[in-house]
Amino acid sequence: AEGVVCGHDLFVASAMEPPDNILKVKTHRRGKDILIDHNYLEIASPTTSTKFGHYYDISKTMSPELLQSIKWHSFYLPEELSLEPKLKMCNMNCGYANLLHSIQRVIYQEGFDGSHPQKKQKNILRIGIQSLGSLLWGDDICSSDTPEDIHSLTKFLYVLRGLLRKSLSACIITVPSHLIQNKAIMERVTNLSDMVVGLESFIGSERETNPLYKDYHGLLHVHQIPRLNSLICDVSDTKDLAFRLKRKQFTIERDFNV
Amino acid sequence: MTEVSSTRSVKARCGSFLVGTERGVQREGFQVAGRSSTAGSMSAAASPQGKFTLLRDTGTDGSFLVHHFLSFYLRAGCKVCFVALLQSFSHYNIVAQKLGVSLTAARERGQLVFLEGLKSCLDLLFGEEEPSGEPSPLQFISGSTSNLKALFDFVRTSLTPADSASWKGPVLLVDDLSVLLSLGAAPVAVLDFIHYCRVVVCSQLQGNIVVLVHGSEDAEDEENDLVGNSLGHHSDLILWVEGLATGFCKDVHGEIKIIKRLSLESTEQDLVQVYQYKIQERNVTFFARGLSAAVL
Repeated sequence: AEGVVCGHDLFVASAMEPPDNILKVKTHRRGKDILIDHNYLEIASPTTSTKFGHYYDISKTMSPELLQSIKWHSFYLPEELSLEPKLKMCNMNCGYANLLHSIQRVIYQEGFDGSHPQKKQKNILRIGIQSLGSLLWGDDICSSDTPEDIHSLTKFLYVLRGLLRKSLSACIITVPSHLIQNKAIMERVTNLSDMVVGLESFIGSERETNPLYKDYHGLLHVHQIPRLNSLICDVSDTKDLAFRLKRKQFTIERDFNV
Repeated sequence: MTEVSSTRSVKARCGSFLVGTERGVQREGFQVAGRSSTAGSMSAAASPQGKFTLLRDTGTDGSFLVHHFLSFYLRAGCKVCFVALLQSFSHYNIVAQKLGVSLTAARERGQLVFLEGLKSCLDLLFGEEEPSGEPSPLQFISGSTSNLKALFDFVRTSLTPADSASWKGPVLLVDDLSVLLSLGAAPVAVLDFIHYCRVVVCSQLQGNIVVLVHGSEDAEDEENDLVGNSLGHHSDLILWVEGLATGFCKDVHGEIKIIKRLSLESTEQDLVQVYQYKIQERNVTFFARGLSAAVL
């Protein structure tokens, strides 16, 4: 949603549902104040600015006009596989190989990596990948203790990291970590990522009935924050965060009660 | 501070801390809390050669040690081959500048050979055929081979002195070895690679090797532990950083355990020392447990 509002390009990848659906279920911009993130404006166009981010009403979907104002690319695995069922890359799972080729192609063709410098104004590519590592991507790390290929996901992440580092892009990935039995894989995935955040829902757990948590729906764990271009490491002063999901708002709060 | 001499004891004065070394304490980069460091700079020529140093981190980020060794050896005039697998060149360059060293300049004058793993991997997978016909150092990722010979050849070629070379002692620096496992290399292939590097760099060329093996708190990665423990048995010096067991603290970022092998052959006890540290913008301060400035 931030990408659309900031005028960035989007790349949405999914194996589960068509990317169009994901974009529709996104958020609707609320309110009259428009708070523009100055970091993005430095690249897009020079303007004075104030704060960071926007507000969204998550009970509504985004207007099609707003979506049309930006350029977005989609990757829907079942469709892509039917076009290129045999694509191989360093013994990696076919789905991941396809996805990497697709991302690399968009980065190159749209000039996010600095190629075609005269073509147009610099912009940012925001990439979203849903449920990486799940069975739908053809990976068995979620369904088996001893997966057939434990390196596919980490190889994918390494190559993706390389692509992101050399281009004006950022990527958010969701991983169903509760399904991954092999903890070593999760440790490697964490090491290959810049920022790692975990959402733990209270539904179905003993915390659901705990009075301390009655106002919240789950916990937000910050496992790792980016350590780029700096000697300093993780210095956030609190890691106890909880989240609450209401009709129009998703809030994250410091957990003072715990 | 890279090593703590076993002959100088630690002196605590009025709550501050002084660690004596044979070579004085570096002014910028790393310093010891309490006593302001003397202006003496470390001389790599005086430090022992042919040594293997293992850096390990558990549940925290030990890359500040890598940045330290990189700037230390470059400043000392050594020829450095840096196998940087996890971050881009500009990341290391920006940090190195804070520590007083320009990686760009070092690379241009031939003192630094920098392998940017991320870039090399992209070239291998998306680039055109290698014009010189030489295999990519990270050839093993493509699956065409299971050993790390191409990477070893790259290291050997980088550090074997050319005719006009005038650098003091070669150094191999690796950040971080665990990435090789994530990319599909078997632990035994990684250990073989290090073994061959030791033969050439430490024994033949009398240079030093510094390698980081990253680990996590839960230590569920058996392959990673195998590599780390195996290398530990053959290291001359181990620097092991860990987050605090008691959780986050603003003034103490972690603990470092320094294990110095007095002798690889005899059964003499290793020298073990533990300090706590705090990382700042341009340097790292070390102090004895419980003697952080916040506590005093």
